[in-house]
Amino acid sequence: MKKLTHGKGFWTAIVVVAILSALIQFLISGGTLNSFYVNTIFYIGINIILATSLHLIMGITGQFSIGHAGFLAVGAYASAIMTMKLDLPFPVAILAGGIAAGIAGLIIGIPSLRLKGDYLAIATLGFGEIVRITFLNIDYIGGASGMQVRHLTTWPWLVACVVLTVVVITNFTNSTHGRACISIRENEIAADAMGINTTYYKVAAFVIGSFFAGIAGALYAHNFYIIQPTNFGFLKSFDILIFVVLGGLGSMSGAVIAAILLTIISTFLQDYSETRMIIYSLVLIIMMLYRPQGLMGTKELTSLFKYRGTGKGGMPNDNKQTIA
Amino acid sequence: MTTNKLLLKVEKAGIRFGGLQAVSDVNLELKQGELVGLIGPNGAGKTTFFNLLTGVYVPTEGSIELDGDKLNGLAPFKITRKGISRTFQNIRLFGELSVLDNVKVAYHSRAKHSILSSIFRLPHHFSGEKEMEEQAIEFLKIFKLEGFLHEKAKNLPYGQQRRLEIARALAANPKLLLLDEPAAGMNPQETHELMNLISFIRERFSLTVLLIEHDMLLVMGVCERIYVLDHGQLIAQGTPQEIRNNPKVIEAYLGEEVS
Repeated sequence: MKKLTHGKGFWTAIVVVAILSALIQFLISGGTLNSFYVNTIFYIGINIILATSLHLIMGITGQFSIGHAGFLAVGAYASAIMTMKLDLPFPVAILAGGIAAGIAGLIIGIPSLRLKGDYLAIATLGFGEIVRITFLNIDYIGGASGMQVRHLTTWPWLVACVVLTVVVITNFTNSTHGRACISIRENEIAADAMGINTTYYKVAAFVIGSFFAGIAGALYAHNFYIIQPTNFGFLKSFDILIFVVLGGLGSMSGAVIAAILLTIISTFLQDYSETRMIIYSLVLIIMMLYRPQGLMGTKELTSLFKYRGTGKGGMPNDNKQTIA
Repeated sequence: MTTNKLLLKVEKAGIRFGGLQAVSDVNLELKQGELVGLIGPNGAGKTTFFNLLTGVYVPTEGSIELDGDKLNGLAPFKITRKGISRTFQNIRLFGELSVLDNVKVAYHSRAKHSILSSIFRLPHHFSGEKEMEEQAIEFLKIFKLEGFLHEKAKNLPYGQQRRLEIARALAANPKLLLLDEPAAGMNPQETHELMNLISFIRERFSLTVLLIEHDMLLVMGVCERIYVLDHGQLIAQGTPQEIRNNPKVIEAYLGEEVS
């Protein structure tokens, strides 16, 4: 029953992450890295949280959601209100951002997860826009001119949140609850016929995903001094969607790798923002033509080191089909 | 092994889709332990009737009772938990999941560990998952599928996929098993194995079985009673011998013997 417990791999990964993040902390506090690189690294961390949280909704549960920036916005504003208006400590603000986004996910999820495929996509897209426009019109949080936020996001907080997100979502996926979600993705009618409460699991995955998007929002808000509703438009949702699709729907390592790569690419293309979108689109088109299953397919990095996969199962011998 | 206890009672059940009366006025009774066939031409409403029983469609008229519990209007997953499990005409396995995980999904509704205990890897999670895994492996051994435990379901050969789908349906611990054309696309050899499998699981799990099938050899060979559906209505019922000689059934479905 070795595969049911955290094996050596888990602790190795934790140690590697700890050493790596201590090294980066050392470089940051020593002033070796200039602020451009520091910013990129922070941005990578936030995007990893966003990618993995959407991965749970789209890659695992198979629900096509393109309003993820809406939850990011809810988390960002909720946490900013906590620190700037109510003078509460940063950890409380992070948690509040997550909870606020989780509640938003619950409210949106219950009615809209009755919809399937394209219809769900349109409904979630609509939600994202509603959030943006609502924030645009509330004077308490600054309206269109945005809200000043103190810089509170530090490297240790960021690492802690990234690790928490990845561990929680991995643990969820590799359990009977994650299997229930995958079975919905694979065949909803059969999942229902096997006694899975499909609505419950779709909403659960949606709420967990939005919760972590809200946490990412809190970190995002306290990293950039100012938040404005325009930061959370549907292009932001598409950025997150691209991480998940490019990485491979159903692969968390894929989503993480894509988030890292694309963040680096887009930071270096910052000066040419129009070109950035063209390059993005081209990458996607080429990807869909030549590798429609994404970078990793449904496989995980960890399964490359084993004969047989666990959790999501299967032998690494098939990459002909997509699962979307 | 057939007892006189009534397991399933369907009274005047029917469903209308707008102007189309797909199934109407179906009366059907299954006693515990029976193996009953449901036949009829294509489009007669056989699969629609299964969908009524499993809650995919809600009957617009009549009532369905399992063991005295009314099933009308219950969600499919609740009906499964009450004891009706099924396979599908076009196989619906969880293709990307392994054979083992497919069966584990059927055990899910009996899982004792919550989402929180899984997320935080509490002791309940480990004991629950371990129990589930052991049961599922034991279960797959009965179906001689233990050699494929970690193979993706979609990579199995066709006959094994059918077998796995039946195994998965049984893992949900049903009182009544509905098989929708289990022999479709099988060669005579595989059909023969399937017949043996059906008799075997029926005895092993003291199960009641209702099966839709076009392969008359299989239906006449294993079923104790047969219902015939045509244009959404029952036109006959009885033993295989009676059905074979029923003029209405011959006209609607079986056809005249070529001389």
